[in-house]
Amino acid sequence: MNFKLKVWRQQNENTAGQFRDYEAINIPAEASFLEMLDIVNEGLIARQEEPIAFDSDCREGICGMCSLVVNGIAHGPGKAKTTCQLYMRRFQDGETIWIEPFRAAAFPIVKDLIVDRSAFDRIIQAGGYITARTGSAPDANSIPIGKTVADLAMEAAACIGCGACAAACPNSSAMLFVAAKISHLGLLPQGQPERTSRVRNMVRTMDALGFGSCTNHYECEAVCPAEISATFISRLNRDYAVASIREGLAARG
Amino acid sequence: MTTQLDARIPSGPLADKWTKHRAESKLVNPNNKRKFDILVVGSGLAGASAAASLAELGYHVKCFCFQDSARRAHSIAAQGGINAAKNYQNDGDSVFRLFYDTIKGGDFRSREANVYRLAEVSANIIDQCVAQGVPFAREYGGLLANRSFGGAQVSRTFYARGQTGQQLLLGAYQALSDQINMGGVKMFPRSELLDLVIVDGHAKGIVVRDLKTGEISSFPGDAVVLATGGYGNVFYLSTNARGCNVSATYRAYKRGAFFANPCYTQIHPTCIPVGGPYQSKLTLMSESLRNDGRVWVPKNKGESRRPDQIPEAERDYYLERKYPSFGNLAPRDIASRSAKEVCDEGRGVGPGGLGVYLDFAESIRRLGEQTIRERYGNLFDIYHNITGENAYQVPMRIYPAVHYTMGGLWVDYNLMSNVPGLHVLGEANFSDHGANRLGASALMQGLADGYFVIPCTIANYLATQLGKKVSPDRPEFRAVEEEVRGRVKKLLSIKGKRSATSFHQELGLLVWEQCGMARSRDGLKDALQKIGPLREEFWENLNVLGGQQELNQSLEQAGRVADFLEFAELMCLDALEREESCGGHFRVEYQTEEGEAVRNDKDFCHVTAWQYTGPDSKPVANIEPLVFENVKLAQRSYK
Repeated sequence: MNFKLKVWRQQNENTAGQFRDYEAINIPAEASFLEMLDIVNEGLIARQEEPIAFDSDCREGICGMCSLVVNGIAHGPGKAKTTCQLYMRRFQDGETIWIEPFRAAAFPIVKDLIVDRSAFDRIIQAGGYITARTGSAPDANSIPIGKTVADLAMEAAACIGCGACAAACPNSSAMLFVAAKISHLGLLPQGQPERTSRVRNMVRTMDALGFGSCTNHYECEAVCPAEISATFISRLNRDYAVASIREGLAARG
Repeated sequence: MTTQLDARIPSGPLADKWTKHRAESKLVNPNNKRKFDILVVGSGLAGASAAASLAELGYHVKCFCFQDSARRAHSIAAQGGINAAKNYQNDGDSVFRLFYDTIKGGDFRSREANVYRLAEVSANIIDQCVAQGVPFAREYGGLLANRSFGGAQVSRTFYARGQTGQQLLLGAYQALSDQINMGGVKMFPRSELLDLVIVDGHAKGIVVRDLKTGEISSFPGDAVVLATGGYGNVFYLSTNARGCNVSATYRAYKRGAFFANPCYTQIHPTCIPVGGPYQSKLTLMSESLRNDGRVWVPKNKGESRRPDQIPEAERDYYLERKYPSFGNLAPRDIASRSAKEVCDEGRGVGPGGLGVYLDFAESIRRLGEQTIRERYGNLFDIYHNITGENAYQVPMRIYPAVHYTMGGLWVDYNLMSNVPGLHVLGEANFSDHGANRLGASALMQGLADGYFVIPCTIANYLATQLGKKVSPDRPEFRAVEEEVRGRVKKLLSIKGKRSATSFHQELGLLVWEQCGMARSRDGLKDALQKIGPLREEFWENLNVLGGQQELNQSLEQAGRVADFLEFAELMCLDALEREESCGGHFRVEYQTEEGEAVRNDKDFCHVTAWQYTGPDSKPVANIEPLVFENVKLAQRSYK
């Protein structure tokens, strides 16, 4: 298969970027999208041109490192997959494909298609955990957790932290990412003691880092490779409201 | 000159060694802990759990990873589960049984005391992870669920759908994030270790390249902890992530740390077969699938019918036939070799005949499609996405692929290498899996090392280092930094014609052929003759574009391939000199008439720990004899 590529090239955070044209020639239909870019890059190196920089690691959809906007869609066409799981058989021979980095104010571009998503790490550092000192845990079966609750927590915990939700959102909101962690931990009995402080600190950090608000576009849910449901955002809103009221009451004494 | 290796195994009965060791280990008092800086390299299960737990104790920790976030380390890709001797299923499991299964699974090539400790702390790991909120699978009554796994006849594997590694890593990552927030850990993502700094014989620092800016700088520390994973990518194609590399452990080897048993590599039996030369990695299908999938090939060579057209009588369920008691749950090395055997006989399926069927039809009939979907839905989705085939309707096609490496830097019972101060955890060390690792044991080992072993044992070293802080002004730091800069400059200045990838592919194919599932004296000698010239060509004809002071992925890759090109030689040499078959190391000269591995306990019941002696000189083989006081060495039988 052959493709015409329009690829975002940008030397670093401080320079302007632009789309550049490339040809992808003789691409096997069985190749993944990133393997197609590998082939293009080998061609560029042979012609003494700098290869296109893009992030990837596990290439099986779980590490969350790959981060491309393909034809205007975060992680490209198709449901529930990361860019590395996108296969060329999905495209038409001869098609023009637009490739851009994830775009969000809180994800500055590092180079070409690589962005800095450390803002997500900072949100987790603000409270996305259950404090459990190593060695002090009770027997694992001492707290039974109903299968329904455990399964729902697992659904939320499946988030891979790729950032597609924020990249797809017109407001660059990180609500789905935060909601997933809040729900995962907030659903479990172990997560109750820190539930209030967790949601307060995570949401405020999210706001401070420049992520926008949620205005119910549901673009996040549509691109999420882990199929995190936007209903978790309602849970987040509820938890945050409760936390804020408690804080208000505490302030009044 | 060979060195006498002292594993510092505590005396006394096996079951008491760890308790005794903890009681006798040195302590560092809380005020003094604050004075120590520990450098943890790698943020996978071992690295993240170690960094978090050491910081909880009060040490100052700096943690480095090459990914953009600590959460992306390759532990995240582990699918199937984590073993623990909880005996929640009341099926006769015990610490001793887990210990014995692991020793036997490793073909009697691991250290008894380490493996027993691993089995002992396994139960604590599950407790710890549940406390952190890891959403393990549960029964309707709310208690934890288990599944069985290869190489065991009890159900002791805990799991979180097909994403157990992800959930355990996120647990460790969150504990790490907590400590970053508390100021106990400073995290350095997109930072790659390029060398180790030795001062007066002790590991006292590392040299790191900031992958975003290209800046090369050194970090002093009172101890160094390497948790940098395995070297499976020496084969180019493997189930490892693209970035996985041998550089950290290989650089440490070149600075004096011994590299143990590099020939012990694990070929995982259930991966999606290779599609073509464009392929950048191989995808694992969790071994847990073998609980409900039956492995078979046609009885006839060159069979051209679709699988559903082949009647039962013309199918060979070869694992069930050859290993009736373990059947489809035979250990990984045996299952892989059997797949290779039937394909070599011309009975393989799919393109190129390099594949076997993993068939769920019977389980779907027995349990219903919904149950199979619940158990393995995401794996079936992955398979569908990559191959375009629906495994609920047609059998999966699978083939073995490089998955894990049991070899690694030599460590003693304290997980310290022969270089004082240099500790090595997880897949990066050699310690617990012998010549073959059982499924669901990698996660167990990574977390055992990080949460429970190193927080205790590192004190044995640090207690000797009070008041001995090394100044970052020592010339050793400058010297290593300059060496690293010189090497980077050299990679950029060759300006030849071939990309690092093309060298990596060529090397990978060579070692896969000669040092993969079956190895022979002639093949290994052939590989050893070819690696040198390939390496020479690399240093004359490599093409790396771009500069040093910027994000430069070609440069990162070139550095890693350069190390693989040296390391591959060590792996083949070890495979050549180990004249026996054991676990994942199968030498065609040493097999029974039925094709089973034949160990040579008389001459090779030991660890070979290789010592670097210079660029053009053969490394020295140091020997640690393996002493078995609690198990009887037997030919492994899964029949």
